[in-house]
Amino acid sequence: MNAEALAFYALAAMVLVGGGLVVQSRNLVHAAVSLVPTLLGVAGLYVLLHAEFVTAIQILIYVGAITVLILFVILLTEGATGLRVRQRNEQVPLALLVCGGLAVLLLGVLVRVPWGPAAGPLPPYNPGAVGRSFLMPYVLAFEVTSLVILASLVGAIVIARREE
Amino acid sequence: MARLAWLIPLFPLASYGVLAFRGRQLGERAPYVAIGAMALSFVLAWAVFLEQVGGASAFVWRTAWAVGGDRVITVGYTVDPLSSITVAMITLVGGLIFVYSVGYMRGDPYYGRFFAFLSLFCAGMLTMVLANSFLLMLIGWEVIGLCSYLLIGFYFRRRAANMAQMKAFLTTRVGDTLMLVGIMAVFWQFGTVDYHTVFEAVRERAQEASAVVRIGGWEVPWVTLTALLIFGGPIGKSGQFPLHVWLPDAMEGPTPVSALIHAATMVAAGVYLVGRAYPLFFFTPHHEALGAVAWVGTLTALLAALIAVAQDDIKRILAYSTISQLGFMMAGLGVLGYTAGLFHLLTHAFFKALLFLAAGSVIHAVHTNNIKEMGGLWRSMPVTFWTFLAGFLALAGVFPFSGFWSKDEILLEAYHHNPAVYTLLTAAAFLTALYMSRLVAYAFFGRYRGPQHPEPDPWLPEDYARAGLHHPSHGHHGGHEPHESPPVMTVPLVVLAAFALAAGFVGIPGTGPEGGSWIHHFLKFEGFEEAGIHAPSFSWPLALRSLGVAVAGIAVAWVVYGLRWVASDQIRAWVGPLYPFLRNRMYIDAAYAWVFVRGGLRLAAGLRWVDVHVVDGLVNLVGWVTVLVSRVHRLFDTYVVDGLVNLVGWATRGLGLLLRPLQTGRAYNYILVAAAGVAVIVVVSLWRL
Amino acid sequence: MIGLSHYLVVSTLLFALGLYGVLTRRNAVAILMGIELMLNAANVNFVAFTKFVDPTFVRGHVAALIVITLAACEAVVGLALVINAYRHLETVNVDQVDLMKG
Repeated sequence: MNAEALAFYALAAMVLVGGGLVVQSRNLVHAAVSLVPTLLGVAGLYVLLHAEFVTAIQILIYVGAITVLILFVILLTEGATGLRVRQRNEQVPLALLVCGGLAVLLLGVLVRVPWGPAAGPLPPYNPGAVGRSFLMPYVLAFEVTSLVILASLVGAIVIARREE
Repeated sequence: MARLAWLIPLFPLASYGVLAFRGRQLGERAPYVAIGAMALSFVLAWAVFLEQVGGASAFVWRTAWAVGGDRVITVGYTVDPLSSITVAMITLVGGLIFVYSVGYMRGDPYYGRFFAFLSLFCAGMLTMVLANSFLLMLIGWEVIGLCSYLLIGFYFRRRAANMAQMKAFLTTRVGDTLMLVGIMAVFWQFGTVDYHTVFEAVRERAQEASAVVRIGGWEVPWVTLTALLIFGGPIGKSGQFPLHVWLPDAMEGPTPVSALIHAATMVAAGVYLVGRAYPLFFFTPHHEALGAVAWVGTLTALLAALIAVAQDDIKRILAYSTISQLGFMMAGLGVLGYTAGLFHLLTHAFFKALLFLAAGSVIHAVHTNNIKEMGGLWRSMPVTFWTFLAGFLALAGVFPFSGFWSKDEILLEAYHHNPAVYTLLTAAAFLTALYMSRLVAYAFFGRYRGPQHPEPDPWLPEDYARAGLHHPSHGHHGGHEPHESPPVMTVPLVVLAAFALAAGFVGIPGTGPEGGSWIHHFLKFEGFEEAGIHAPSFSWPLALRSLGVAVAGIAVAWVVYGLRWVASDQIRAWVGPLYPFLRNRMYIDAAYAWVFVRGGLRLAAGLRWVDVHVVDGLVNLVGWVTVLVSRVHRLFDTYVVDGLVNLVGWATRGLGLLLRPLQTGRAYNYILVAAAGVAVIVVVSLWRL
Repeated sequence: MIGLSHYLVVSTLLFALGLYGVLTRRNAVAILMGIELMLNAANVNFVAFTKFVDPTFVRGHVAALIVITLAACEAVVGLALVINAYRHLETVNVDQVDLMKG
C-alpha cells in the first residue's frame, strides 16, 4: 500500500461517508454541512487525478458558493427547525431497490470493460491546457455556458424576488 | 224419320234453357213452354216408334268424340225397337204428368223452376235411352241424377227435403261410382265405348276361354266382373237392395216428381240399362252375371213388399211398391226373361205413374199423406177413385189389366229357369196385392176421418213475395169434406188408366207371329236364338195360379181392413216384434245412418280435432317457438352484445381507475419511475450484448 | 495500483447515493443536494477518464468544468424556485405538493 492508494481510500471514504450523511441525515443542517467533506473529498480525488484546475474550481464553486447557498435557503425556508419532522418519504424500499440494482449493474459493467491503456499523458500545465481547450475546440460551449449563467442569474432573481 | 231422332231430347233441353232464364217472368205461362216442347218430342218419338213397329230396320249413327291411338270414344244414337218403345213411353207419360202438374203446382212461387227442372230431366232421360255409347249414356244418367236431386229438394225450405235430396244423391253415387269403374273396364278391355262394337266383341269372346281376374283368392271371369260393376249403377238408380234407401225419402218431392222420376222413368233407367247391355250380362260363363241380377231383384222385391205392408204414408207405400216392382223387373231380366222384364217396365210406368198422380190428387184434397186420416173418398172423389182402382188392379196383377200380363211373364220365366226365384216372387206378388188392398181400404172406403196434423206450407212469405203472389190466406180446412180435383189433373189420370188397362194387351199370346205375343216378337234378344234358348210359351195353369195369388192377397186384406172380421191390432200383436221391424224399414236406414252418416261425421270430427290440435298446434308451436327464440335473442342481445359493449366501457373505466393512482402529482414519484426505467434500459442493453 | 476502476466504483456509488437521496427525501433542498451529489459523481467520471483513457484537449476537464458551471446555475434557479414555492405553498416538503395530481 503506497501513499497514493492510502490517500485514495481515505478520500473515497470521506466522499462516500459524507454522501451517506447527506442523503440520510434527519437534520437538514447536518445534511448540508455534510456536503462539505463530500465535496472536498471529491476535490481531493481530482488532485489525485492530476486535475488541478478542476480542483480549484470545485472548491471555489461547489464548496464555497453552492453549499453556502443551500445553507441560506435552508435557513430561509425554515428547514432548520425540522428535527422532529420525518425526512424520509414512502419510497424508501423501492428506492433502495432501484438504486442498489442500478449500482450493482453499473459496477458489474464498468469494472469488466477493458478500457485500454491511456492514449497519452496528461499535459503538464493543467490550467493552460483547459484554457486552450475552452478557446479553441470548445469555444462554442464556453460561450453558451456563459449565456446560461446570465439567464439563470436573471431568472433566479426574477423567480425569487418578493412580490410587490 | 229415325234420322231426326236426335231432336227428341233437344226439345225439352231447349225448354229448360228458356225456363231457366225467363221462367220467373213467364209465371203462369211457364208450363206452356215445357208442354209445347214435350208435345213436339212426343210426336217425333211416336213417329219413330211406329216406324219401328212397321218393321223398319234399326238406325245407328255415331261419331268419334276423342281418339287416342287405336282407342276411340264415340257418341251417337241408335233407333231400334227397345229405344223407340221406351222414348214413346217416356214422352207419353211425361207429357201427361206435365199437364197434371199445371194444376197440382198452381200457386207455387217457384212454378217456372219446377217445369225447368222437369224439362231438363226429360232431356237427360231421352238422351240416355237413345245413346249408343257408354259415355253418352253416362252423361244422360248423371243429368237425371242431378234433376232427381234438385226436384226431391224442390221444397228447399224443409229440412226433411234437404236431407232426402242429399241421401238420394249420395246413395246413388255409390252405385254410379261402381258403374263408372265398370265403364272404364269396358274401355280398357275393348278400346271403345260404343255399344255395338263392345257387344260384338263380348259375344265373340264368349266362344273362347275368357280371361280371369284374381280377387282375394277367387278367380272371377273378367266379363262377369265388368257386368257386375256396371250393374252397380242400376242398383243405386233403380232402388235395388242395398241401395234402395233413398227412394222412400225421395217422396219429399212434389207428387208429380214422384210419379215421373221415381216411378216411371228414372228408376226404370237402371232396368233399361241392364236390358241395353244384356249381351254383357248374358255372355258370362253360365250366365252368372244374370244370376246375380236375378237374386238381387228377387230379394229386393220380397223385402220391399214386406216393408210396404207396415207403412201408413200413402206415398211411402207406393215408393216401396216401386222398389218391389223394380226388383221384379230385375229378377225377370235375370232369369233370362229379357222381354218379360222390359215389358213389365213399360206397363209399370203407366200404372205406377197413374197411382202416384191419383195419390197426389188425394193428398191435394185431404192435405195429409196418412192413409189412416183419410177414408170415404170413393164418394167424394169418384174420378180419382176409379182411376186409382184401375192402377191398383194393374199393380196387383188382376186379369185383364196390364200388370197381370207383364208380371205373369216374369213368373213364367222364373218358373222355367229358377224355381226358387219363382217361389219368392210369388210370395212378393201376394204381399203386393195385400198391401195395395189395405191402402185402398183405408184411403177410399169407410168414413172420412180427417187429418190430425195438417202439413204446413213448405214456403215462407218471402218466397211468395219474390214470385209476386200474395200469400194464400186460406188456412188448411181440416175437417171439411174433400172434393174432386180439377180436370187438368183428372184427365191425365183417365188417359193413364186407359193405358193401365190396355197396355198389357200387347202381351196376349197370339198377337204376334208364330203364336207368341206381339211384344215378344218386337222386343227380343238375338243371343237367345244362337244359344238355343226359347221363350216358354204361355201357360194358362200358371197364369191362373198367379191370378189366384193376387186374389188371395186382396181377399185377406179385405177381410182384415175392409170387413174388419179380424182386427188389425190383433194381427199386430200376434206378429209381435215383426211389426216394428217392418214398420221401421227393417232398420236398414237406421243402420246406414249409424255406420255411414255418424261414422262419417265422427271421422270429420276426428279430422277436425287433428286439424285443430295437431296442425294448428304445430302452427301455434312454430309461432310459440319463434317468440321463444326471439326472447332468447333479446336476452342474448341485452346481455351478450350489449354486455360486450358495456364491458369495453367498463374495462376502460376500470383500467383508468387502476392507472389513476399513478398520477400522484408528486415529482419524486415520477423520478423514481424514471430511475427504474433507466435500470430496465440498462438491463435490456446488457442483455442484447 | 489505483486504476480507473477504483474511481469508477467511487463515482458509481456516489451516483447511487445521490439518486437515493433524490428519491427518498421529503425536503426540496435535500433533493437538490442529492442532485449535486449525482453531478459530482459524473464529474469524477469525466476526470478519471481523461486521465486514464483519453487526455486529448483535456476534454474531461472541460466537461467537468462546464458541468460545475451548469450545476451552479441550476442550483441557483432551483433554490429560487424553492423559495418561491415556499412563499406560495407554505411548505418545502415535496410530498405535500401534488398540484399535478389527477
